[in-house]
Amino acid sequence: MTTPLLSVRDLVVEFPSRRGTLRALDGVSFDIAPGEVLGMVGESGAGKSITGAAIIGLIEPPGRIAGGEVWLDGTRIDTLAPEAMRRVRGKRIGMVFQDPLTSLNPLYTIARQLTETIRTHLDLSEKDARLRAVALLDRVGIPAAARRIDDYPHHFSGGMRQRVVIALALAAEPELVIADEPTTALDVSVQAQIIDLLKEICAERGAAVMLITHDMGVIAETADRVAVLYAGRMAELGPVRDVILHAHHPYTRGLMGSIPTLDHAADRLVQIPGAMPRLDAIPQGCAFNPRCTQAIARCRVERPALRPVAPNHAAACWLADDAEPAHG
Amino acid sequence: MADTKPQRRVFFRIWDSDVAASFRRSPVAIVSGVVALVIVLAALLAPWIAPTNPYDPSSLNLMDGFTPPMEPNAFTGNTYLMGTDNQGRDVFSTILYGARISLFVGVSAVLLAMALGISAGLVAGYRGGWVDAVLMRVADVQLSFPSILIALLIFGVARGIIPPTQREAMAIWVLIVAIGLSDWVQFARVVRGATMVEKGKEYVQAARVIGVSPLRILIRHILPNVMGPVLVIATISVALAIIAEATLSFLGVGVPPTQPSLGTLIRIGQQFLFSGEWWILLFPALTLLALALSVNMLGDWLRDALNPRLR
Amino acid sequence: MLAYIIRRVVQSVLVMLAVALVAFALFRYVGDPIYAMVGQETSLEDRAALRDALGLNDPFVVQFIRFVGNAVQGEFGISYRLQQPVMELILSRLPATLELALVSGVVAFVFGVAAGVYTALRRRGAISTAIMTVSLIGVSLPTFLIGVLLIWLFAVELQWLPSFGRGETVVLPWGWETGFLTPSGQMSLILPAITLGLYQMTLIMRLVRAEMLEVLRTDYIKFARARGLSNRAVHFGHALKNTMVPVITITGLQLGSIIAFAIITETVFQWPGVGALFINSVRAVDVPVMSAYLVLIALIFVIINLIVDLLYYAVDPRLRIERGGVRH
Repeated sequence: MTTPLLSVRDLVVEFPSRRGTLRALDGVSFDIAPGEVLGMVGESGAGKSITGAAIIGLIEPPGRIAGGEVWLDGTRIDTLAPEAMRRVRGKRIGMVFQDPLTSLNPLYTIARQLTETIRTHLDLSEKDARLRAVALLDRVGIPAAARRIDDYPHHFSGGMRQRVVIALALAAEPELVIADEPTTALDVSVQAQIIDLLKEICAERGAAVMLITHDMGVIAETADRVAVLYAGRMAELGPVRDVILHAHHPYTRGLMGSIPTLDHAADRLVQIPGAMPRLDAIPQGCAFNPRCTQAIARCRVERPALRPVAPNHAAACWLADDAEPAHG
Repeated sequence: MADTKPQRRVFFRIWDSDVAASFRRSPVAIVSGVVALVIVLAALLAPWIAPTNPYDPSSLNLMDGFTPPMEPNAFTGNTYLMGTDNQGRDVFSTILYGARISLFVGVSAVLLAMALGISAGLVAGYRGGWVDAVLMRVADVQLSFPSILIALLIFGVARGIIPPTQREAMAIWVLIVAIGLSDWVQFARVVRGATMVEKGKEYVQAARVIGVSPLRILIRHILPNVMGPVLVIATISVALAIIAEATLSFLGVGVPPTQPSLGTLIRIGQQFLFSGEWWILLFPALTLLALALSVNMLGDWLRDALNPRLR
Repeated sequence: MLAYIIRRVVQSVLVMLAVALVAFALFRYVGDPIYAMVGQETSLEDRAALRDALGLNDPFVVQFIRFVGNAVQGEFGISYRLQQPVMELILSRLPATLELALVSGVVAFVFGVAAGVYTALRRRGAISTAIMTVSLIGVSLPTFLIGVLLIWLFAVELQWLPSFGRGETVVLPWGWETGFLTPSGQMSLILPAITLGLYQMTLIMRLVRAEMLEVLRTDYIKFARARGLSNRAVHFGHALKNTMVPVITITGLQLGSIIAFAIITETVFQWPGVGALFINSVRAVDVPVMSAYLVLIALIFVIINLIVDLLYYAVDPRLRIERGGVRH
């Protein structure tokens, strides 16, 4: 692997609460190479979005990064001063949020929101920024961009708004785009279009993507590598194909069960029994052990570390070494 | 009463756990509760704890007038905790009696507003249709005017209707009606909303089907469900009503000077500001402030305690 | 747009008619209009003749229409107490009230918004806590008490400012008597304006704070931060504008309250405005002045409401097509 664009090391995010400190992320490490698409999956509350927020330095107080490091292209960014970090956001790391209906300020035109972002990061005149904005809108597939740029967000449909959001995220040519469930709030019919657009436009500009989703199907189609999070811990990390075909962590295998495939059309979707533990009640040992059908005594006592199971492929499971990988 | 028992038990269970616990946890609530309780008790027990009866002319000595607090009077040698006013009345005693009237007017006005508001809300919510439309339109219009203006108008009308000879005797009741009528809207709105929700529930439908009278349904089933928010509004309304009474009395359209409330005392005290007798104004003002503030805080706390989501 | 304005104007006229009905009932049935016009020695026959001549025996509807007709022309009869045309009385005192209301309204709005924004942005700061505590007392403190205490401090103890009246006034060419142009007029305005504005200020402040906190939690603010906009742009460009939508409504309605609350302030400071006129009329049961004041206040309220609605419309682009008042 070449020098990673983004490198996250042992990231710990904590939220102080009345009943003690909650660990939302506990020692998460991964890299993203330039131009690579990393999928990040897990159930709600597994810590996917918090990972994204931690990388761009927007954890809501009182939450805070309690440990670990985040490096962007050789620069440590988790310790940057707020003003320096602000210049990284939007300029070097773009972000796409889940709900396009609420991501745009309803009181300003698209033009105003785009040019404002462009001019924050690039030294352009109002006129040039506007030209750039029109070109961006055109690129993300807004018909009649030059005219529609002066419309307000409520004039656009959900899918169109998400295109605008993508244009905003890419306005200053970032090297990395973090897309946090970019299609969850959209109509099923436009989800694929938006994902394709995102992938295409990032590939064209050489931007890496961290695609946060709970949809294994999207990951399978889009990502180069996949990171599986469970209860704030990394469960498995590896190339998409390997992880899908040879998942080493029982939780990943459970998630695979949730992809409907053509050859398994007749089977019922496999559901993982139980629910992810609350952050204040993570069991001892492996966090997944109460739901794991293969758990052994050791799983209930000792927490497994993430370790290599194949080239570029790691899993945090005591059974990973000896278990014959199940077929997806 | 057998079938209201479960609701009662529920009420006490809530009281024992959440609300009481939240009270114990909140220093603001405890302090406010103690301050309000002290003032209310002092007002209720005024005839027994006041050093003098300020409205018994035989006990007054003009020579005692303008005695500063905690200093012996130059002529009589009498010392008063909070000094005396121009007529030699003990300010502390006038405050005790004044708080009594302020509280009486405030609480009575809120009871009236509550009775009106709850009835209007229940009827509007349960009947719907034009009754609801008319009541709520009236409420909307009234709500867009400040209640002090409404109270003043009602007061003015009442004065126009009541013959001049009886105005003084009736003043306190006019005041209660004026404040009460200016303050029913909030109760009506909350009760109406809750009634409309409850009305749709199955147990009310069932009660209707088996022919329980609407009045019985309203009182037995719907009313207990709206008592929480009503209690919160009532508490805050008492603070507002006390302020409204003080304001009206200060404006000279409230209770007559023969029966002064805290507002009247402040009005009187204001006349002596320029001549340096600050205590005649300051102590009633502080009492009013402490009373209004503590009741207000209790209301705020109660709202949070009964429904944490409201904040 | 035009249809909307027309509908709002029609609604306003209906409200005014309802208020006029109350004012008319007041005028006609509280006290006896004849009683105030004639001396004690007037015979019953003369009174009856006068009653007939004044049309007091006409049907209710006829009388009401006549009342409305007169009111539209500013004709509200003669004050019982001052034996002067009511409209003349009110017009001569209106400038005093409007100047006071204007100054306190502006003060309340400017300081209220500033303090609200400050306390929302620095939620945990010592100054914010202090402001919030003081505001709590400000909300609980009756207006008249604020006035009395201000007089005590600034007029009696410190002797910096006058305690009553308007000071010297200048009559402008169009008959408007202003206190803005003389030093004593300006000095006299300070204490009453603070007294009148303080309550509204705390109200606006708390509202702005609550709205601002709400807006700061929205996705489009998070997205604005993620785009790397400066704090200033996020807070004052995006958050404040969205905060102002509901604030404008409430503030507009508060303007009406300011004019009504002027009754109290004018009494405390012996300010020669319409409020003081009204309170004296209530004490003396001067019904024509009372009903005229009621109509006047209602008119001011209705006009303010109308302006607020139109402003709302100007600020929020969403209302321009899909109006219906539902936000989000």
